[in-house]
Amino acid sequence: MGSDNGRPISPHLQIYRPQITSILSITHRFTGIILSFGACLLFYWLTAASLGVEAYNTAQSILSSWIGKFVMLGVVFSVWYHLANGIRHLFWDIGVGFELTTLRFSGLIVVISSGLLTFGTYMACYILMGIN
Amino acid sequence: MDVRSMNMRSHLSRVRGLGANHIGVHHFWVQRITAIALIPLMVWFMIEALQLVNASHEAFVFWVGSDYNPVLLGLLIVFSFYHGQLGLQVIIEDYVRNEGYKITLIITIKLFALAVAICSLFSVMRLTFKVLL
Repeated sequence: MGSDNGRPISPHLQIYRPQITSILSITHRFTGIILSFGACLLFYWLTAASLGVEAYNTAQSILSSWIGKFVMLGVVFSVWYHLANGIRHLFWDIGVGFELTTLRFSGLIVVISSGLLTFGTYMACYILMGIN
Repeated sequence: MDVRSMNMRSHLSRVRGLGANHIGVHHFWVQRITAIALIPLMVWFMIEALQLVNASHEAFVFWVGSDYNPVLLGLLIVFSFYHGQLGLQVIIEDYVRNEGYKITLIITIKLFALAVAICSLFSVMRLTFKVLL
Protein backbone atom coordinates (compact mmCIF):
# COMPACT_ATOMS: atom_id res chain seq x y z
CA MET A 1 0.00 0.00 0.00
CA GLY A 2 1.34 3.47 -0.89
CA SER A 3 2.15 5.96 1.82
CA ASP A 4 0.72 8.94 -0.13
CA ASN A 5 -2.93 8.17 0.56
CA GLY A 6 -3.39 11.15 2.86
CA ARG A 7 -3.41 9.13 6.08
CA PRO A 8 -1.38 10.43 9.00
CA ILE A 9 1.95 8.65 9.44
CA SER A 10 3.65 7.93 12.74
CA PRO A 11 6.99 9.63 13.49
CA HIS A 12 10.14 7.68 12.65
CA LEU A 13 11.92 6.32 15.72
CA GLN A 14 15.30 7.60 14.49
CA ILE A 15 14.24 11.27 14.47
CA TYR A 16 11.87 11.08 17.44
CA ARG A 17 13.15 12.97 20.49
CA PRO A 18 13.22 10.52 23.44
CA GLN A 19 10.71 11.42 26.13
CA ILE A 20 9.65 9.56 29.28
CA THR A 21 6.40 8.52 27.53
CA SER A 22 8.14 7.05 24.47
CA ILE A 23 10.93 5.42 26.51
CA LEU A 24 8.40 3.74 28.83
CA SER A 25 6.34 2.61 25.82
CA ILE A 26 9.29 0.91 24.10
CA THR A 27 10.36 -0.58 27.45
CA HIS A 28 6.88 -2.09 27.79
CA ARG A 29 7.34 -3.90 24.47
CA PHE A 30 10.89 -4.89 25.29
CA THR A 31 9.93 -6.34 28.70
CA GLY A 32 7.06 -8.14 26.94
CA ILE A 33 9.57 -9.87 24.67
CA ILE A 34 11.72 -10.80 27.69
CA LEU A 35 8.63 -12.21 29.45
CA SER A 36 7.80 -14.40 26.42
CA PHE A 37 11.26 -15.83 26.90
CA GLY A 38 10.59 -16.04 30.66
CA ALA A 39 7.45 -18.10 29.98
CA CYS A 40 9.66 -20.56 28.10
CA LEU A 41 11.94 -20.70 31.18
CA LEU A 42 8.87 -21.60 33.26
CA PHE A 43 8.18 -24.40 30.78
CA TYR A 44 11.80 -25.57 31.09
CA TRP A 45 11.69 -25.47 34.92
CA LEU A 46 8.43 -27.48 35.10
CA THR A 47 9.43 -29.96 32.41
CA ALA A 48 12.89 -30.55 33.90
CA ALA A 49 11.23 -31.29 37.26
CA SER A 50 8.76 -33.69 35.64
CA LEU A 51 11.62 -35.57 33.96
CA GLY A 52 13.36 -36.31 37.25
CA VAL A 53 15.97 -35.25 39.79
CA GLU A 54 18.89 -35.14 37.36
CA ALA A 55 17.20 -32.89 34.78
CA TYR A 56 15.89 -30.67 37.60
CA ASN A 57 19.35 -30.27 39.16
CA THR A 58 20.77 -29.35 35.74
CA ALA A 59 18.07 -26.68 35.36
CA GLN A 60 18.82 -25.35 38.85
CA SER A 61 22.55 -25.15 38.15
CA ILE A 62 21.91 -23.30 34.86
CA LEU A 63 19.58 -20.82 36.62
CA SER A 64 22.04 -20.25 39.47
CA SER A 65 25.07 -19.66 37.19
CA TRP A 66 26.06 -16.02 36.72
CA ILE A 67 24.38 -15.84 33.32
CA GLY A 68 21.28 -17.52 34.76
CA LYS A 69 21.20 -14.98 37.59
CA PHE A 70 21.58 -12.13 35.10
CA VAL A 71 18.70 -13.47 32.97
CA MET A 72 16.54 -13.95 36.08
CA LEU A 73 17.18 -10.36 37.18
CA GLY A 74 15.95 -9.24 33.76
CA VAL A 75 12.89 -11.48 33.97
CA VAL A 76 12.01 -10.37 37.53
CA PHE A 77 12.32 -6.68 36.61
CA SER A 78 10.31 -7.30 33.42
CA VAL A 79 7.52 -8.97 35.42
CA TRP A 80 7.11 -5.96 37.73
CA TYR A 81 7.61 -3.35 35.04
CA HIS A 82 5.17 -4.97 32.60
CA LEU A 83 2.66 -5.48 35.43
CA ALA A 84 2.86 -1.86 36.64
CA ASN A 85 2.87 -0.32 33.17
CA GLY A 86 0.15 -2.78 32.11
CA ILE A 87 -2.10 -1.41 34.85
CA ARG A 88 -1.28 2.07 33.48
CA HIS A 89 -2.39 0.83 30.05
CA LEU A 90 -5.66 -0.52 31.49
CA PHE A 91 -6.43 2.93 32.93
CA TRP A 92 -5.89 4.42 29.47
CA ASP A 93 -8.27 1.80 28.06
CA ILE A 94 -11.08 3.17 30.23
CA GLY A 95 -10.13 6.69 29.17
CA VAL A 96 -8.31 7.81 32.32
CA GLY A 97 -4.92 9.53 32.59
CA PHE A 98 -4.24 11.02 29.17
CA GLU A 99 -3.26 14.52 30.40
CA LEU A 100 0.48 15.17 29.91
CA THR A 101 1.15 15.85 33.60
CA THR A 102 -0.76 12.68 34.61
CA LEU A 103 1.12 10.69 31.95
CA ARG A 104 4.50 11.77 33.29
CA PHE A 105 3.44 11.23 36.89
CA SER A 106 2.02 7.72 36.27
CA GLY A 107 5.16 6.90 34.28
CA LEU A 108 7.32 7.94 37.21
CA ILE A 109 5.19 5.76 39.53
CA VAL A 110 5.74 2.80 37.17
CA VAL A 111 9.53 3.27 37.16
CA ILE A 112 9.78 3.69 40.95
CA SER A 113 7.36 0.86 41.81
CA SER A 114 8.93 -1.65 39.42
CA GLY A 115 12.37 -0.79 40.80
CA LEU A 116 11.21 -1.13 44.40
CA LEU A 117 9.34 -4.40 43.69
CA THR A 118 12.44 -5.87 42.02
CA PHE A 119 14.56 -4.83 45.01
CA GLY A 120 11.89 -6.18 47.38
CA THR A 121 11.75 -9.52 45.56
CA TYR A 122 15.50 -10.02 45.94
CA MET A 123 15.46 -8.86 49.59
CA ALA A 124 12.61 -11.29 50.40
CA CYS A 125 14.48 -14.04 48.58
CA TYR A 126 17.73 -13.49 50.56
CA ILE A 127 15.85 -13.27 53.87
CA LEU A 128 14.02 -16.55 53.10
CA MET A 129 17.29 -18.24 52.11
CA GLY A 130 18.76 -17.08 55.43
CA ILE A 131 15.86 -18.64 57.35
CA ASN A 132 15.93 -21.98 55.48
CA MET B 1 -13.92 16.22 16.43
CA ASP B 2 -16.24 13.45 15.34
CA VAL B 3 -14.06 10.38 14.75
CA ARG B 4 -16.32 9.20 11.91
CA SER B 5 -15.69 12.39 9.96
CA MET B 6 -11.92 11.85 9.93
CA ASN B 7 -10.92 10.44 6.57
CA MET B 8 -8.39 7.89 7.80
CA ARG B 9 -9.94 4.68 6.47
CA SER B 10 -10.95 3.48 3.06
CA HIS B 11 -14.69 3.12 2.35
CA LEU B 12 -14.44 -0.67 2.06
CA SER B 13 -12.53 -0.90 5.33
CA ARG B 14 -15.16 1.21 7.07
CA VAL B 15 -18.01 -0.90 5.71
CA ARG B 16 -16.32 -4.10 6.84
CA GLY B 17 -15.66 -2.58 10.23
CA LEU B 18 -12.96 -5.12 11.06
CA GLY B 19 -9.94 -2.83 11.46
CA ALA B 20 -6.35 -3.47 10.44
CA ASN B 21 -6.03 -7.07 11.61
CA HIS B 22 -9.26 -8.19 9.87
CA ILE B 23 -10.86 -9.64 13.00
CA GLY B 24 -12.17 -6.44 14.58
CA VAL B 25 -11.60 -5.71 18.24
CA HIS B 26 -11.28 -9.36 19.26
CA HIS B 27 -7.47 -9.13 19.54
CA PHE B 28 -7.63 -5.97 21.66
CA TRP B 29 -10.36 -7.44 23.86
CA VAL B 30 -8.68 -10.81 24.56
CA GLN B 31 -5.35 -9.05 25.23
CA ARG B 32 -7.05 -6.99 27.96
CA ILE B 33 -8.95 -9.93 29.47
CA THR B 34 -5.77 -12.00 29.74
CA ALA B 35 -3.90 -8.94 31.11
CA ILE B 36 -6.46 -8.49 33.90
CA ALA B 37 -6.35 -12.20 34.76
CA LEU B 38 -2.55 -12.16 34.84
CA ILE B 39 -2.32 -9.37 37.46
CA PRO B 40 -3.33 -11.53 40.48
CA LEU B 41 -1.83 -14.70 38.95
CA MET B 42 1.61 -13.13 38.48
CA VAL B 43 1.62 -11.63 41.98
CA TRP B 44 0.73 -15.08 43.38
CA PHE B 45 3.38 -16.79 41.25
CA MET B 46 6.15 -14.34 42.17
CA ILE B 47 5.45 -14.74 45.91
CA GLU B 48 5.47 -18.55 45.55
CA ALA B 49 8.46 -18.67 43.19
CA LEU B 50 10.78 -16.65 45.40
CA GLN B 51 10.23 -19.26 48.12
CA LEU B 52 11.25 -21.98 45.65
CA VAL B 53 14.67 -20.55 44.80
CA ASN B 54 17.20 -23.34 45.45
CA ALA B 55 14.34 -25.73 46.36
CA SER B 56 15.15 -29.44 46.21
CA HIS B 57 13.48 -31.56 43.52
CA GLU B 58 11.24 -33.15 46.15
CA ALA B 59 10.15 -29.77 47.55
CA PHE B 60 9.49 -28.38 44.08
CA VAL B 61 7.39 -31.36 42.96
CA PHE B 62 5.41 -31.21 46.20
CA TRP B 63 4.75 -27.50 45.71
CA VAL B 64 3.46 -28.00 42.13
CA GLY B 65 1.08 -30.76 43.21
CA SER B 66 -0.27 -29.39 46.46
CA ASP B 67 -3.32 -27.23 47.22
CA TYR B 68 -4.78 -25.50 44.18
CA ASN B 69 -1.31 -24.83 42.77
CA PRO B 70 -1.84 -27.05 39.68
CA VAL B 71 -5.01 -25.10 38.83
CA LEU B 72 -3.37 -21.71 39.35
CA LEU B 73 -0.29 -22.82 37.40
CA GLY B 74 -2.55 -24.04 34.59
CA LEU B 75 -4.34 -20.69 34.45
CA LEU B 76 -1.00 -18.86 34.56
CA ILE B 77 0.33 -20.93 31.66
CA VAL B 78 -2.80 -20.55 29.50
CA PHE B 79 -3.17 -16.81 30.06
CA SER B 80 0.52 -15.91 29.83
CA PHE B 81 1.18 -17.82 26.60
CA TYR B 82 -2.04 -16.48 25.06
CA HIS B 83 -1.20 -12.92 26.13
CA GLY B 84 2.42 -13.30 25.05
CA GLN B 85 1.69 -14.47 21.50
CA LEU B 86 -0.86 -11.66 21.08
CA GLY B 87 1.78 -9.12 22.13
CA LEU B 88 4.47 -10.60 19.91
CA GLN B 89 1.99 -10.56 17.02
CA VAL B 90 1.53 -6.79 17.44
CA ILE B 91 5.29 -6.22 17.49
CA ILE B 92 5.72 -8.32 14.32
CA GLU B 93 2.85 -6.49 12.60
CA ASP B 94 4.47 -3.15 13.49
CA TYR B 95 8.06 -3.86 12.50
CA VAL B 96 8.08 -6.58 9.81
CA ARG B 97 7.33 -4.95 6.43
CA ASN B 98 7.44 -7.96 4.11
CA GLU B 99 3.98 -9.56 4.10
CA GLY B 100 5.39 -13.06 3.58
CA TYR B 101 7.85 -12.87 6.49
CA LYS B 102 5.14 -11.24 8.61
CA ILE B 103 2.57 -14.01 8.11
CA THR B 104 5.21 -16.75 8.47
CA LEU B 105 6.55 -15.27 11.72
CA ILE B 106 3.06 -14.79 13.20
CA ILE B 107 1.99 -18.35 12.36
CA THR B 108 5.29 -19.71 13.77
CA ILE B 109 4.90 -17.74 17.01
CA LYS B 110 1.28 -18.84 17.45
CA LEU B 111 1.99 -22.53 16.84
CA PHE B 112 5.12 -22.39 19.04
CA ALA B 113 3.20 -20.71 21.89
CA LEU B 114 0.42 -23.30 21.68
CA ALA B 115 2.89 -26.20 21.65
CA VAL B 116 5.00 -24.91 24.58
CA ALA B 117 1.86 -24.05 26.59
CA ILE B 118 0.44 -27.57 26.14
CA CYS B 119 3.82 -29.14 27.01
CA SER B 120 3.92 -26.97 30.17
CA LEU B 121 0.40 -28.06 31.13
CA PHE B 122 1.40 -31.68 30.56
CA SER B 123 4.42 -31.23 32.87
CA VAL B 124 2.18 -29.73 35.58
CA MET B 125 -0.14 -32.74 35.21
CA ARG B 126 2.70 -35.24 35.46
CA LEU B 127 4.09 -33.52 38.57
CA THR B 128 0.63 -33.34 40.14
CA PHE B 129 0.03 -37.06 39.62
CA LYS B 130 3.40 -37.78 41.26
CA VAL B 131 2.17 -35.98 44.38
CA LEU B 132 -1.39 -37.33 44.35
CA LEU B 133 -0.68 -40.99 43.53
